[in-house]
Order: sequence, then structure tokens, then C-alpha cells
Amino acid sequence: MEATASVPVFPIDRPASAFKRWQQWLLYSRVFWAWVFLAPTLITLVLVAGRPLLGTFYLSFTDAELLTLDDSVTWVGFKNYAAILSDPDWWVALRNTLVFSFLSVVLETLLGLGIALVLNEEFRGRSFLRAAVLVPWAIPTVISAKMWTWMYNDMYGVINAGFMALGLTSEPVAWLSSPSTAMFALVMVDVWKTTPFMALLILAGLQLIPKDVYEAAKLDSGSPFRIFFKITLPLIQPTIAIAVIFRALDALRVFDLFYVLIGSKVDTGTVTIYARQRLMEFQEFGVGSAASVLIFLFIGSFTLLYLWAVRPQRDEA
Amino acid sequence: MKWVGKIAFYFLVTLIVFYAVFPFYWAVVTSLKNGADLFKVEWIPTSPTLVNYRSILTTDSFLQSVLNSVLVAGATSLFALLIAILSSYSLSRVRFRGRSLVLLTILSVSMFPQIAVLSGMFELIRWLGLYNTLSGLTFCYMALVLPFTVWVMRGFMKSIPKELEEAAILDGCGPTRIVFQVFFPLMKPALATTGLLAFIAAWNEFLFALTFTLSSDKRTVPVAIAMLSGGSQFELPWGNIMAASVIVTLPLIGLVLIFQKHIVSGLTSGAVKG
Repeated sequence: MEATASVPVFPIDRPASAFKRWQQWLLYSRVFWAWVFLAPTLITLVLVAGRPLLGTFYLSFTDAELLTLDDSVTWVGFKNYAAILSDPDWWVALRNTLVFSFLSVVLETLLGLGIALVLNEEFRGRSFLRAAVLVPWAIPTVISAKMWTWMYNDMYGVINAGFMALGLTSEPVAWLSSPSTAMFALVMVDVWKTTPFMALLILAGLQLIPKDVYEAAKLDSGSPFRIFFKITLPLIQPTIAIAVIFRALDALRVFDLFYVLIGSKVDTGTVTIYARQRLMEFQEFGVGSAASVLIFLFIGSFTLLYLWAVRPQRDEA
Repeated sequence: MKWVGKIAFYFLVTLIVFYAVFPFYWAVVTSLKNGADLFKVEWIPTSPTLVNYRSILTTDSFLQSVLNSVLVAGATSLFALLIAILSSYSLSRVRFRGRSLVLLTILSVSMFPQIAVLSGMFELIRWLGLYNTLSGLTFCYMALVLPFTVWVMRGFMKSIPKELEEAAILDGCGPTRIVFQVFFPLMKPALATTGLLAFIAAWNEFLFALTFTLSSDKRTVPVAIAMLSGGSQFELPWGNIMAASVIVTLPLIGLVLIFQKHIVSGLTSGAVKG
């Protein structure tokens, strides 16, 4: 409608009713073509997202197994869900997922905020710094996981060498072997990999703040700390909120990092590792699907939170 | 006292650069070492060698996986762009009933945890006869890539002044011509950026690639690298792994640095501005 609202005067040699008809026709044809153009996207999404999602829901109520997937399956009701909810491994995986997501999102936000503040200053070498910060983001997760596995190596890893040189540890630590240090190690890799994203989002928010706000604050002789807490932080708070939810959604479904760094071990794994293990390694398609549905519902509630957070901007044209 | 602050600031900058770049630097250093050198911690390799690169570049399965990744990521981003340029026009330029609903649907699909579609997708792909094929991977990557492609393109298209479209309408252009002859030329940088983001997403994907391929000649790069192993679990060929990592990462880093301004605006328009 925004295009037709200000359509200039229709050629004056025609009657006004012709103009009305033309305008009406234009409106209808625009809406018609809008749906025609949407059709490929909607059909694709139904095929690649809607249909598989329904499939997962359906399988979660059956006794399907990987090898008998093509034969008929039997409806078992909520049996698979009961099996998962009474499995202690599921709760361990859920706890691991929550701890991992919480720790990494908090660290990423703090670190990202710090880097964004530095990048927001004007100094020589700023574009170099921004380029350097983008490097972890550009590296595929599997590869960064491999790089860090090597750095964490208990015998020859550079991290142990560094920690021992600094006197932080007296002997090499097998970081990835015990659940407690493994969680710490995994959080560190995730923080390294995704802080750039956080920093760039927060930087975008910082750059939306008008310069004169700061000049006014300086005239009032506010100290840098006061300016930060009283002006900057409140103004970028909405950006940070959205970035945090966005990252949390990502962290809650983490898979590659855990799979490459420690493999399918449930005591240090996440819910996605758990579900995939039931599906593909134990070949229990019914139970695995039920776990997937639970993850979907769990993350779905976070998604609603996100949609609610971006709601004000959603409908401006 | 000003110079103290300045030194502290640049110290901080150096620290950030070190933190961001060191792991990749270490991968490069490791990839240039061989034999016993691998197990010594040295900042600069004392006797650098390209033997790891030679060995990985003559491994057929690795080269095959690079080719697979290029094909799958290329096809995915091409299809996604083609479909998304049409729908992003509808979603950014035309007001119609149900638009918010469509937008919400697309946004929520982009938030799907992949695991939620894994078993349903497995069944579907097997039924279609696409299990262990590159087309099967391309098919399921559309679920991953299409929603955010539409979202980012919509952001770009919203920024095209509406006067341009009005003028085209008065000249008698239908929607198809508006999209392909008026907007398309203006959207080229946006298409490059969005295409690159889609390409990177498909190039990096692991869960689907791991689950929906079986034979080593259908593996993509992330799966191939995750599966690189030596004689036993305990003697992983770290030199080779790092050489392979550097080979597939350097082009990405290069592209990202060349397009960094566009990428940043594409990413932020997707996430911050809604």
C-alpha cells in the first residue's frame, strides 16, 4: 500500500472513475502477486520444516526403530516420553545444557560488551581490530573444536604448557576427561567462537546512540563510569536483551562442539547429543523422537520469548 | 597521565587481538610441523615443512569432501537466494492480510532446533530416495538457510526508496519486472552478502551432514575433518588435521574480511532491527 498511497495524479484526460478503478485493480494485483511470490518459500518451508517436524511428532508416539522404519509401526502413546523423563541420563544432559548455555552466554555478553566498547572508540588500528575479531566467527565450528582439542591436549597441548609456565597449574591437566573441567573447557571454546557475534551486535546498538547525548553528558561533567551506567547501558539494553536471547537459543541446541571435543558421552553431553544418540546409535527412533520433541518444546518457549522481545519492531513496514 | 591511559588501551587491544587470533595461529604453526616437532611447544616452528599439506592434498577423500561442500553450499545458497528474492519483495513491499503471520512463521522456523526435525527428516529423505546423496543434503539445508535468507533480504529491500517502485508502476511495470529489472540490479551487493552468509551456514553445518551421509565419498568438509583419524584413537594425525583445517578456513577468512562491512550490516539487520 505504501507505493499506491502517494501515486501521483492519474493522466488528466481520463475521468476520475477510471482512476479509481485503476487504483483498485493495482491494489488487488499487488496482493495477488505478493502471494504468488510467497508461494515457493511457503511450499519449501512446508516440505523441509513442516513435514519433518510433524514426522518427528508422529514417530515420538510409536515404537519405530531405525531398521524397521519402513515397516508399519505401532502406536504406543506417551510411553516414550515416560521412558525419557524417568531416565537419569536425560536429566544430566538437560542440566549440562542449561549450565553450558548460562555460563557461555553470560561470559560472551560481558566480553562482547567490552570488545564492542573498544571498537566503538576511534583509534588507529580500529579496522584491523574489527577484522581480527571476525576471525573466530569465520572458522567453522567443527574446525575450531578440532583446534581447541589439540590445544587442550593433556600431553602436548599449548594450554597446559602456558598454564604451567605461568605457574597456574603444577602438572598437565586432562581438561576434556573429567566432567567438571570438560564443561569449563567447552564453555571457553564457545565463548571464543561466538563473542565476535555478540560484540558486533552490541556495537551496532552502540552506534545507534546519537553523539550529542554524550556531549551533553560530558558538559554535565559525568565520569566515564557514570556515563556508562547511566546513559550507555540503559540505551543499549534492548539490543543486549535481543542478542542474549538469540545466543541462548543457539547455545541451548549446541551439538558440534560437544560431539567433536568429547564425543557422544552423556555424562558431559547436551540434550541434542542425548537425542541423537538414542536416534542413531541406539537406533530407537520412537524414544529419540520423543526426546527431540521435548527439546523442541523447551526451546520453543525461549523462541516465544524472543518473538515477544522483537515484537515492537516487527510490523513497521 | 593521558599516555598511561593510551598504553593501557592499546594493551587491551593487543590482548583482544591475541585472544581472537591465537588459536588459528596455533593451527597454522602446528600444520607446518612434522614428526617429533609436533609435540614441542614452539611459537615459531624451527624447521617448518609443507609435508602435511602435501599429504592432505593428495588424499582423495579430502578433495572429494571439499568438492562436495562446494557443490552443496553453492546449490543451497543459489536456491535460497532465488526463492528469497521473490518472497522478500512480498514481505517488505506489499501490505496484505496475514503478512505478520507469515513473518512470524518464517522467524520461528529459523529458531527451530535442528534436532527437532532430525528423525522426521531422516524418514522423509529415505522415502524420497535421497539418503546419502548431495541433493538430499541440499534439500534439508533449505530448512536451515531459507528463513534467515528471506529475513536478511527483506531488511535490504525495505531500504530501497519507494519512489523508485512508484515510478516503475506508473511506467506500467508489473511486479515481476519490478523485482527482476528494477530491484535486482540494486540488490546485487545484498545478494552477494546474503549468498555468502547462506554459503557459510551450509559449509559449516555438521549435524545433518553427519546423519544423512553414510559413505566417505558423500561427506562434506566438517564431517571429513571430524572423522580424520590415524591408526588408533590415540595417535590422531594432528599435523594433517591442522593442515586440512587451515586449507578450508583460509578462503572463508578471506571472504569474510573482504565483505566484513556488508556481513556486519546483514547480520545485525537480521537480528537487531527485526
